[in-house]
Amino acid sequence: MTDTKRLYRANRRQVLAGATVLAGLGLPALQTARAQLQANPAALALAIRKVAGDAEVKTGRVKLDVPPLSENGNSVALTVTVDSAMTPTDYVKSIHVFAEKNPQSNVISVQLGPRAGQPTIQTRMRLADTQDIIAIAELSDGTFWRDVRSVVVTLGACLEDPV
Amino acid sequence: MSVVTSLRRLAPAAALLTGLSIIAGHAEIPLHERRSGYADLGRDTKAMQDDDTANPGMLSVLDGEALWKTKTGDAGRACVDCHGDARTSMKGVAARYPAFEPARGRPVNLDQRISICRAERQQAKPLPYESKELLALSAFVGMQSRGAPVAPPDDERLKPFRDAGRAAYDRRQGQLNLSCGQCHDDNWGKSLAGNLIPQAHPNGYPLYRLEWQSIGSLQRRLRNCMTGLRAEPYEYGAPEYVDLEVYLMWRARGMPMETPAVRP
Amino acid sequence: MARALINVPAKAKRGEVIAIKTLISHVMESGFRHTSVGARIPRDIIDTFVCTYNGEEIFRAALHPAIAANPFITFHTVAAESGTFTFQWTGDGGFSQTETASIVVE
Repeated sequence: MTDTKRLYRANRRQVLAGATVLAGLGLPALQTARAQLQANPAALALAIRKVAGDAEVKTGRVKLDVPPLSENGNSVALTVTVDSAMTPTDYVKSIHVFAEKNPQSNVISVQLGPRAGQPTIQTRMRLADTQDIIAIAELSDGTFWRDVRSVVVTLGACLEDPV
Repeated sequence: MSVVTSLRRLAPAAALLTGLSIIAGHAEIPLHERRSGYADLGRDTKAMQDDDTANPGMLSVLDGEALWKTKTGDAGRACVDCHGDARTSMKGVAARYPAFEPARGRPVNLDQRISICRAERQQAKPLPYESKELLALSAFVGMQSRGAPVAPPDDERLKPFRDAGRAAYDRRQGQLNLSCGQCHDDNWGKSLAGNLIPQAHPNGYPLYRLEWQSIGSLQRRLRNCMTGLRAEPYEYGAPEYVDLEVYLMWRARGMPMETPAVRP
Repeated sequence: MARALINVPAKAKRGEVIAIKTLISHVMESGFRHTSVGARIPRDIIDTFVCTYNGEEIFRAALHPAIAANPFITFHTVAAESGTFTFQWTGDGGFSQTETASIVVE
């Protein structure tokens, strides 16, 4: 992605349905005007830096559970769990979730502690487009761990009128 | 694919359609092949519907429960004052709507019935279609039928309206020139622009639609469909929607109610 | 007052890890949407959620516009003693809501 490319933020509601597979009905191929959201690596890197600073974020110990194909980008279930004994001296301090291509990279940040018992959180997020989701956990020993998963987001076939 | 179904294909379905005139249209989905939209949901969305503490539709049900007990209108009456505990008095009611309303000479759906009660018994201002309050009452009453089979009344007076609904279902409309049946009878289970085409049964309304991020009525969904076909939707409350609902509820007869359902 | 649904087990054994599910009615307007005439719809979200257990904070979340409408959050805690959970959501436009739930720990 070059610096000259601008982020094209189309209102999702104005996007027409993509080409239909019902070729047998003799439908004309519909024009697709998808929002071409690009990854914004700089914004994502900054958001992660705000959380982890200069520390190395290692892959592992975190398990991010998202559906590989979401039914609707407006509400995508997500579960993050971390492999940790959760003792008073070895526990998960915080979990942070990022979405690579959303207009804003942060999704949620939670503060835990040894009283959490189980370092698992669940919530539902909005995704603007097919993209990677990154979950980063900070442990009590100061280390950072992550998991990355990809979610495919399609647009609804029969779109409602815009707001 | 031909729109007109041969009589040979229609014959077995016709045996089930006693009393219904055979309109050239789509073959009915055989009763045993009918599938609720629930069956097409992903694992997480199913979990959302199954858990009353994760289903955002339940927030509306709770609002409805509060409204049920709130005195309103010039008569200063709450629903509970006449109907008592909704768990008893409203059990199975939503499953048998739309029902014929003699004073109007035509069927009314549940939202309209609630509005009639408000106007006549509570002397209260009407709740606008698709308002938070009307959806809440509709969701609360609808939930009292959860699990009960869709039970359209065996009422001869509904027949002309059911036929009109069926005709609308089979009629091509909009710039895309498609009928409901072409997708929902002939191509259910296949993909349309990355989404699965459901059979389109009304057994979960009002429901929480992820696309809306709120609860909404069957009429809202029908309007979405019409917009999707690039047809101009009828206004809320139009008799066309109620006629279609009479047909759709008959088409879904016997399937369990799921209000408040969750759908993409 | 937004409608909220809390799922906390009424009873638990001492030391047992319990799941707490919370759901609150809120539009979570992202601030990235536009009307059909191009006007930006202003942001209106819940940005903070805190849970305390007998007065001590056990969970804190910072929510961003990417959280879906009607925020649903599930987390866990160790059932240590009988008492009260307090849940507080705060956000744009001075939004603030508090709910409580009790637990009996044997």
